[in-house]
Amino acid sequence: MAVYRRLLASRVRGQLAYPLSFGLDLLAQALGQTIELVVIVVLFGRVHTLGGFGADEVLLIFALAGIAFGLADLVVGQLDELPRWIRTGELDVLLLRPLPVLAQLVTADMQLRRLGRVLVGLLVLGVVLTRAPIAWSPVTVLLLISTPLVGAVIIGSIWVATCAVAFWVVEAREVANAFTYGSSLSTAYPVTVFAPWLRRLLTFVVPAAFVAYYPVLAILGRSDPLGRPDAMRYAAPLVAVASVAVAGLIWRAAVRRYQGAGS
Amino acid sequence: MIVHAEALRREFVVGKRGARRRLAAVDGIDLRIEPGETVGFLGPNGAGKSTTIKMLTGILVPTAGRLSVCGLDPVSRRRELARRIGVVFGQRSALWWDLPLADSFDLLRTIHRVPRAVHRARLARCADVLGLAEFLATPVRQLSLGQRMRGEVTAALLHAPPLLVLDEPTVGLDLVSKERLRAFLHEVNTEDGVTVLLTTHDLPDVERLCRRVVVIDQGRVVADDELEVLRGRFAGPRELIVDLAAPAPQLDGATGLPGVTGSRVEADGMRRRYTFGPATSAASLVAEVARRAEIRDIAVHEPSIEDLVRTLYAGARPGG
Repeated sequence: MAVYRRLLASRVRGQLAYPLSFGLDLLAQALGQTIELVVIVVLFGRVHTLGGFGADEVLLIFALAGIAFGLADLVVGQLDELPRWIRTGELDVLLLRPLPVLAQLVTADMQLRRLGRVLVGLLVLGVVLTRAPIAWSPVTVLLLISTPLVGAVIIGSIWVATCAVAFWVVEAREVANAFTYGSSLSTAYPVTVFAPWLRRLLTFVVPAAFVAYYPVLAILGRSDPLGRPDAMRYAAPLVAVASVAVAGLIWRAAVRRYQGAGS
Repeated sequence: MIVHAEALRREFVVGKRGARRRLAAVDGIDLRIEPGETVGFLGPNGAGKSTTIKMLTGILVPTAGRLSVCGLDPVSRRRELARRIGVVFGQRSALWWDLPLADSFDLLRTIHRVPRAVHRARLARCADVLGLAEFLATPVRQLSLGQRMRGEVTAALLHAPPLLVLDEPTVGLDLVSKERLRAFLHEVNTEDGVTVLLTTHDLPDVERLCRRVVVIDQGRVVADDELEVLRGRFAGPRELIVDLAAPAPQLDGATGLPGVTGSRVEADGMRRRYTFGPATSAASLVAEVARRAEIRDIAVHEPSIEDLVRTLYAGARPGG
């Protein structure tokens, strides 16, 4: 751990060296998230429920998913750079160090500005908690704390798995982007708003529904309107473990596939 | 054996969609290196040198064959292997671009879990021999190529690996930097017993550092022997140049001179050039000439290693 802390420290120091520029970057990220918030608010100016959920309930999903997304982006967002590492052959250097390649890529940089999204999520969460019909209990409190963290693990795993595509098709940035920004959209709304095939995809294949939707059902003390078992509301940690395992397998296969740039 | 490769093979898929074919960059290489050896790995561009090096260091997965480096399988035990080998790629940097050189070394110390005192001693030695002191505090991106390469070699040695692999370490360096690096690598090999495997296009590197030479071409080993043996077997004849005190017609015809295969007279008879085979020692030839005429000066020209390598490459080509 000390290794990664040291690898990161220099990067983080560099960003904070220019506070104004850092502040603006942070603001820009927060603004992006705020626009998505505005979309939801405008929608609820027209309708009273979305997929069977009221405004505060949807905003609870939005807030928790936003925090999870921001945290995942902070940690594994560097994987955007993977095609460059592969194209230039700089990945060779990482393979020559006695550390896991993924851990080195992730700690090669950490953009603190990505916390902007987390901040907006926390603000919305603070407001929504006073208004939403929450079934308060120790379990609810635990869920509120664990959901963004577990959700970040799920989103991060999805990204690692999709970014690994770059080892097969170097310029696969579009594929990865589809999942990155797709996961922002698909986690922030109740899955009930999507078409049935998409719901099944987001529940059983790319488990975005477990990032915020299912845990929020438990927090609200509601059953799934689609009639799925109540146990699924608490399944997010298990889903996270499975996601990490699958992403890990895909990543391993991908690194073995690496051929290296010509010398 | 510190490196043991048997029938090592690596194929790449080349060509556009629809017309893909498999090309063997490394086509069955056998290589055995014992601890403490210095091996020059030579071959023309595209011969498969870098591909082989990348397989030895765990970067590339071999398509077929058996490979063990420091007793480990480079792919499945890549991380363990990384602790036992030092690697320098002339074209890539293992250092952190925007950190001062000293900070890069310190990060590597943490990564390789080298105790602080041991690290300090090793770094002090490299800094001393390679003259790093003046730019230890400079960010890597501001270093000259020569300075950076000295930094790269230091970085590769700070965890005291028993095997050092260098891929074109002197490319782009000026003569002084080259010589300094060669001298240091020689010292590391003779004093610390570090095994050195080196690819280069710079033949003086090989002449200065390597006792043994492995030449590959088109993915296959075409020669593997001590440099001196190869020189004797493949290189052209040696040449003795004798400057005489006075013209010496008694030397005409070169009769009775041991091993001489040809002679030429220059400078109005004041200079003679004798070519002779590897079986003859220059000393005995000089003695014979001195017995017959007064010598003012002598010079012996060894066949150049460039000639040797050219002969080997040509011999490996079909119809060459």
